[in-house]
Order: sequence, then structure tokens, then C-alpha cells
Amino acid sequence: MDIWGQIADGASWALLVAGALFCMAGGVGILRFPDVYTRSHAAGVVDTAGAILILVGLMIQAGLTLITVKLIIILFFLLFTGPAATHALVKAALSGGQMPLTGPRGKGE
Amino acid sequence: MLRAISLFCVLFATWLLLSGHTDPLLVGFGVASCALAVFIARRMDIVDREGHPVHLTWRVPLFWAWLGWQILKSSWDVAKRCVLPGPPIDPRVIRVPVNQKTDLGVVTYANAITLTPGTVSMRTFRAEIEVHALTGGSADDLESGEMNRFVARVEGHK
Repeated sequence: MDIWGQIADGASWALLVAGALFCMAGGVGILRFPDVYTRSHAAGVVDTAGAILILVGLMIQAGLTLITVKLIIILFFLLFTGPAATHALVKAALSGGQMPLTGPRGKGE
Repeated sequence: MLRAISLFCVLFATWLLLSGHTDPLLVGFGVASCALAVFIARRMDIVDREGHPVHLTWRVPLFWAWLGWQILKSSWDVAKRCVLPGPPIDPRVIRVPVNQKTDLGVVTYANAITLTPGTVSMRTFRAEIEVHALTGGSADDLESGEMNRFVARVEGHK
């Protein structure tokens, strides 16, 4: 493997690991945050930063091929549908009468 | 008609990139299915400024790049708050003004707000979006109005 291949491999691994760490942090946040609205923020980390970093890492692995094109299309699909799903969830919680907790730590002012 | 031709070109380019086929028979099937899709879309009357927004130009990739940077920045902030003891959050509900003129522009802005970790759009009103923010900092970022102005510029007003 030439030097550029090694650099690309390293960059790709760094991105994959960073994406995995963001996903883990988001998962921890989903468990720890107090209500559905704050939890949706933690889930947002998983389906934006986590997805972007992992997919870009995979694109570097795939190189300039049609697979990369498909990964780009997957990324755009996720970035268009993710917020729609999050918004639907939050709006359903609001319609269901869930009042957002406010104030420091979400425990009231 | 011009918009339908442009839709056909976009669909066929997508077909080529996804399939990777080059032999005449399969490419012929691809052309036929793209033509059928355009025909149906025209009958449904959805080939308009909203359904196929070709008038949005080079500003769109610029906006995506800017949004990607914002996403990474605020993801870092929210991810930190997910794991720090406390957790150090200060959720609040705010209303931000909307400068966009079209439905497409408002949806783009509301989606961009939701896409950025730390802020989720809850409801839209005529001239405002109700936003749930995780911290005072994420609320302030939004209230600075930078994203609002950027989306309005992409939309082509101002």
C-alpha cells in the first residue's frame, strides 16, 4: 500500500471512530435526559453527526466508485427524513399534552 | 415543459448512477421508466417550483456546507452535555421570526433547525417558529438570526 492509501485509511478510521463515539454519546443522552424533548436532542446527535462521520468514513474506504455515489445519496436521504421524523415525534408529544420541562437540568426554575 | 425535461435529466442521471448499467437494452428500460415517472408527475401536477426546485442554484451547496459545519459544532456541544455529570442542560422554549416567503423556504428553515442538534422546531405559525432549545447557548445561536437570513438568501429573496 502506498503512502496516500495509508493516509486515506487512517483518515477513514478516525472518522468511523469519531462517528461511533458520537453515536454512543447520543445513546447515553437518550437514557439520561429528563423528557421527550430533551431526549430528541440527544437522538439528533446520533442521526446527524454520527451518520455524517460514519458515512464519510465509508466513502473514503470506497474511493471514487459508484458505491460512494450511493453513500452520498443515503446521507442526503437521512438528512432529509431525519428532521421530518423528529418533528413528527415532538409534535405528537406536544399534541398529547406533554409539557416541555424548562430551567436548569430540566427540573424547573 | 422545460421543467419536465430537466426533471427527466435528473431522474435519468440518478438511474445511471444507481444502476451502473451501460448495455443498450437496460439503458432503454431506464429511459422508459424515467419517461413514465415524468409523465405521472406531470399528470399529478407536481412538476412545479416546489416539487422540482431547479431555480435554487449554487447557493444550495454553499448552504449545505455551512449547515454541515454548524451540525458538527453543535453536535460536539450536545454530545458533551450527554455524558457530563448533571447533565448540564437548561431547556427552554423560544419563538424565532421567519423571513422566508415561500412554504419551501419555511420548511427548509424548520428542517435546518431540527437538523442542528440542540434545537428542535415544534410548531410553525404564520411568521414564527416555536423551537425547543436544549441550552441557553443553542437558543442564542438561533436567535442571532444567521440561519434565518441564510435560508432566505438561498430561497432567492433579498
